[in-house]
Amino acid sequence: MQGNTVSTQVDARVLATNKLIRNTYMLLAMTLLFSAVTATLSVFLKLPPMTYLLCLGGAIALMWLVLPRTANSGAGIGVVFGITGLLGLGLGPLLSMYLSLPNGPQIVATALGGTGVIFFALSGYALTTRKDFSFMGGFLATGFIVVLVAALVNIFLGIPAFSLAISATVVMLMSGFLLYETSQMVHGGQDNYVLATVGLYMTIFNLFVSLLHLLGFASND
Amino acid sequence: MELFMKIGSALLIGAMILYMYPNAKRMMQDSPEAEKGDWASFVVPVLFVAAFVLLLMTLI
Repeated sequence: MQGNTVSTQVDARVLATNKLIRNTYMLLAMTLLFSAVTATLSVFLKLPPMTYLLCLGGAIALMWLVLPRTANSGAGIGVVFGITGLLGLGLGPLLSMYLSLPNGPQIVATALGGTGVIFFALSGYALTTRKDFSFMGGFLATGFIVVLVAALVNIFLGIPAFSLAISATVVMLMSGFLLYETSQMVHGGQDNYVLATVGLYMTIFNLFVSLLHLLGFASND
Repeated sequence: MELFMKIGSALLIGAMILYMYPNAKRMMQDSPEAEKGDWASFVVPVLFVAAFVLLLMTLI
């Protein structure tokens, strides 16, 4: 009798985890498509570089001030589309800059493909091994703060090699975040698919921008 | 315009650090201790990512 109850509880937990993972990846796919549309629109409209800063500020404001209050309601999905749409729009001027380089389309396509390969490989690794990466939480959060401080310092120093080192570190950190966030969904650390989607989206966004920077540097343009 | 962008970026990153610092501190305290082999399961795939990125950089 007790065995049946435990088995039912385990089944319910497995079903809930599978539902969370399915909903997260479905929403993530839709938001990535939506931000691709807004980014394309931004490139065609030739929006100025200031757009990047304004859209990033707007997306962060939505993430900090609105998302925590709406994550458990249907409005949360609208907020996620707002955040990802703004980030896509902000990406436009950056993409325009890279596309204007002689092999720009190749750089952008390689960064996009590379981001996809890293995302699928690491998500697949975390989902199939079902390894618990929760021990990395403190390390990743501290690492991200250190990277932000380094980026802040380099705004005024403007050392290209330092900027490159920051991008390389961000790629490593985001790889860790992909493993951590996926494992959080599997092991019950995250039970809200709206918040899980935003976390994964931000990781993919940072990975793509850093990869773009590294590949732009490697192309010598 | 460039100076305005620099100031704007610095303000944004500064706000991010201030907002995220307490969260990072809490995560540092609450994270469970790594067990034997845990770090290897993180380092190995990340090394593969580094090698993949280097490959992309040489191909471009």
